[in-house]
Amino acid sequence: MTSSKIEIPGEVKSDPAALMASLQLMPSPVPNPEIKYTKIFINNEWQDSVSGKVFPVYNPATGEQICEVQEADKADVDKAVQAARLAFSLGSVWRRMDASERGRLLSKLADLVERDSVYLATIESLDSGKPFLPTLFVDLQGTIKTLRYFAGYADKIHGTSIPMDGEYLTFTRYEPIGVCGQIIPWNFPLVMTAWKLGPALACGNTVVLKPAEQTPLTCLYIAALSKEAGFPPGVINILPGFGPTAGAAIASHMGIDKVAFTGSTEVGKLIQEAAGKSNLKRVTLELGGKNPNIIFADADLDLAVEQAHQGVFFNAGQCCTAGSRIYVEEPLYDEFVRRSVERAKRRIVGSPFDPTTEQGPQISREQQNRVLEFIQSGISEGAKLECGGKALGLKGFFIEPTVFSSVRDDMRIAREEIFGPVQQIMKFKTIEEVIERANNSDYGLVAAVFTSDINKAMTISTAMQAGTVWINCFNALSTQCPFGGYKMSGNGREL
Amino acid sequence: MSVTGGRIQQTGGASSSSHTERKRANTNSQPSNGHEQQAGNGCDHQGPNQEHRSQRVDGSKTKALPTPIPDPPILYTKLFINNDWHESCSGRKIPVYNPTTGELLCEVEEADSEDVDEAVRSARAAFQMGSPWRSMDASDRGRLLNRLADLVERDRLLLATLEALDCGKVFLMAYFVDLMATIKTLRYYGGWADKIHGKTIPVDGEYFTYTRHEPIGVCGQIIPWNFPVMMFVWKIAPALCCGNTVVIKPAEQTPLSALHMAALIKEAGFPPGVVNVVPGYGETAGCAISHHMDIDKVAFTGSTDVGKLIQKAAGESNLKRVTLELGGKNPNIVFADCDLEHAVEQAHSGLFFNQGQCCLAGSRVFVEEPVYEEFVRLSVERAKSKVLGNPLLPGVDQGPQIDQKQFDKIMELIESGKREGATLECGGSMWGQQGLFIQPTVFSNVTDDMLIAKEEIFGPVQQIMCFRSISEVIQRANATHYGLAAGVFTNDINKALTVSSALQAGIVWVNCYNAMSAQCPFGGFKMSGNGRELGKYALQEYTEVKAVTIKISQKNS
Repeated sequence: MTSSKIEIPGEVKSDPAALMASLQLMPSPVPNPEIKYTKIFINNEWQDSVSGKVFPVYNPATGEQICEVQEADKADVDKAVQAARLAFSLGSVWRRMDASERGRLLSKLADLVERDSVYLATIESLDSGKPFLPTLFVDLQGTIKTLRYFAGYADKIHGTSIPMDGEYLTFTRYEPIGVCGQIIPWNFPLVMTAWKLGPALACGNTVVLKPAEQTPLTCLYIAALSKEAGFPPGVINILPGFGPTAGAAIASHMGIDKVAFTGSTEVGKLIQEAAGKSNLKRVTLELGGKNPNIIFADADLDLAVEQAHQGVFFNAGQCCTAGSRIYVEEPLYDEFVRRSVERAKRRIVGSPFDPTTEQGPQISREQQNRVLEFIQSGISEGAKLECGGKALGLKGFFIEPTVFSSVRDDMRIAREEIFGPVQQIMKFKTIEEVIERANNSDYGLVAAVFTSDINKAMTISTAMQAGTVWINCFNALSTQCPFGGYKMSGNGREL
Repeated sequence: MSVTGGRIQQTGGASSSSHTERKRANTNSQPSNGHEQQAGNGCDHQGPNQEHRSQRVDGSKTKALPTPIPDPPILYTKLFINNDWHESCSGRKIPVYNPTTGELLCEVEEADSEDVDEAVRSARAAFQMGSPWRSMDASDRGRLLNRLADLVERDRLLLATLEALDCGKVFLMAYFVDLMATIKTLRYYGGWADKIHGKTIPVDGEYFTYTRHEPIGVCGQIIPWNFPVMMFVWKIAPALCCGNTVVIKPAEQTPLSALHMAALIKEAGFPPGVVNVVPGYGETAGCAISHHMDIDKVAFTGSTDVGKLIQKAAGESNLKRVTLELGGKNPNIVFADCDLEHAVEQAHSGLFFNQGQCCLAGSRVFVEEPVYEEFVRLSVERAKSKVLGNPLLPGVDQGPQIDQKQFDKIMELIESGKREGATLECGGSMWGQQGLFIQPTVFSNVTDDMLIAKEEIFGPVQQIMCFRSISEVIQRANATHYGLAAGVFTNDINKALTVSSALQAGIVWVNCYNAMSAQCPFGGFKMSGNGRELGKYALQEYTEVKAVTIKISQKNS
């Protein structure tokens, strides 16, 4: 990739308002958005941390500090659990509420998110480095739709009556579990908040949710909206903090009945272990992936190249669903690589507030270094670096869109989750071979197949050890469709 | 009753159609009785009604209650086809009366066979493959239903007022029960739209099968006059949620709220042709719908007599799918061990709600011998406390019957009760100097062979029978062609469960009556109907199941 094609974030683009003002047709970010909420949200009130500690929140596009946020630790988690437990106690407002009314509250929350979606998208971009327009169109829409979907489910959670043997009548009730601890990552802060809150609240649980320390801002704003929507105190508690402290306190808390975690497989194992050591709380996990994307020679090539490109580079490669192992059938391989490289070189990296930007920065210096280190391993293990491979810009945590060809399955870049803008393209000859190689991973989150042959499509989709299989598409997620992993990609399903 | 008639104004700018006439109905009227004011006590619907019940109407608190819109505009009086207002092909109009005063409210365009054809063409076009409606996301159908709920909420006072004017419903009941149920039903099915799941099925052989629950197509829907706006929504909400298009005929007595709903449907953003509203008579428009060769399904709520005609017409024409919600002669069984006061109140409102004009009316009250006399005494006392009058006025809890025909039929049945030897405990005559009011009437010593114990009266007439044993009462309760609803009052869990599983009825209420909700299925056994409305169960009445089987090369469990 030549540097002339890359939009390096500079002084000229540091002012989003000025940049977007000229664009009449596109929604513009809120200029100089005020960060209204930086405290811990417990019992519908804003509280300082017990320890008095705060932590800094950075803009990954510039490396500059945005603000400081109150840092929750174990003592704050205790307070939040107390509030959530009280809100869940028998006879409470929340427990006596009609299920349809819980649905109305979620629906109102969706309306409020819709009302404030430009502001929320602005903060999300600022805090996580996501390009503003995709944030508005993908993340905000995903958030709103998820809340509405589960709003509709609140009064449709049916038990059954069962014709059991003997002189008995049996019926089942689907009761809420209780206090749910929820720990979410920094790659989709708003969407993950909605994925966690939507089903938990629809079913009548109360929640203690910890956003990632990198990206607490939109989640805190959702807390304020939940109060405005009318959720009773204690039903939703939001505690910004770090994994080893607040996260660990949630995972091992004796007063938390269920923990739901989205993040790395490594931390997922710690969560399940903590649940086992403490109170056997229910555990659901959405973890990493090293997802195969299988391209047959009979596929629509333009579609496959573009989908494979977006499938790995979307959100700067920071997706558990990233299609980071692309298996291309031999006759098509060279052409596929050529086009993929050409597409990657055209990818516009730059300020999240530049409307032409396709790729923003990585979330942090640490992640940037980790990805660059993976790239080095690819080079040293003998993969062919087709383009990219380096950091970009003086400020911020940008990485060039990177493509490797001639990748072997035993290389680190073919086995480990990179979580960055790095595409691995492998070659295969037969369907049996590619099934075997695609499944040869500890992960099993998603998979995709591109072919115009219905038999190949059906064979691959039933053979893949993955929670989601896409045929002739990638990242086609929707709130109606379940999401979750086989093997070490997780436990349970969301959506 | 001194009620002045409606006056007619010309079209105003607020109307969404230039063809629309703007009319106003005068609601200024005086109460004609000096009874003490009572809070409403009809159907025991959830939440809002209880709020209402707890707010006794005793002067100062009256102000907190919603009040009818004076001189409400009647904006829509034409046929609604393809999101436009049309005059009838025949040029005929239906006079619409206020049953409280007998005066004309307005005239509405009368749909007949040709208009139904036009409506079906528009509904068919809206259902074509590739149409906006067919290519819309299911979740967007849900959004439209939710938006419609928001608009009904916005116009709630107006709709409740129209309902009280047009059908004689007690305004507060219309507001708290009918409109609340309308809004909740729309929201409930708004939520279902994107949750109608087919299945994947592990068939034998090298095949893969999945099912899709597809909309049926053009649905003809025919609704009664006793809950005009609520029935309208019970019908359209599940149909639209599943992706069908609709040709709906409101009752000729009560077309006004349905036509207002049509305007809201357009405002909410439903594509043209998805909902078509054709006011008309049963023998003409209704008959055209049930016989139509291009209507895929007909749903009817009304009398058992007409229900039979509908099913016959479906058989004669194109074997369209049929669902029916028909009459009832519903048993309400009161055991001696129950909370008697509660049972009396529930049995009272379970019968007298909506002037007794409910298919659910608990019109056969079976009371266990030891408490029979006390139950009758309390029921009579309760019936006598009922306040009749103009349904728009606060404190009134019984309005007029819908029309002369119904009035006459009820009076005839009351006469038959007297003639056949039942004891008339109270009421039994018309109320007031004019109009369609009937005194709350209670009969005791009713035997099962009397007409009043066998036929649906659809009026404020309560029959109380005596029983001795549980097996006897089960047998007697089931000895009817009807099977819609039933109630049982007891503190004994064994009696409650025995009776509830033994009764041949689509709904059994234990220690409550008329406890309906959008989540709960509704429909009848035997000649009370076919199919279920509300709940998830309604979805299967508005979908066709398609099994898609694909040959695969190799099975993999």
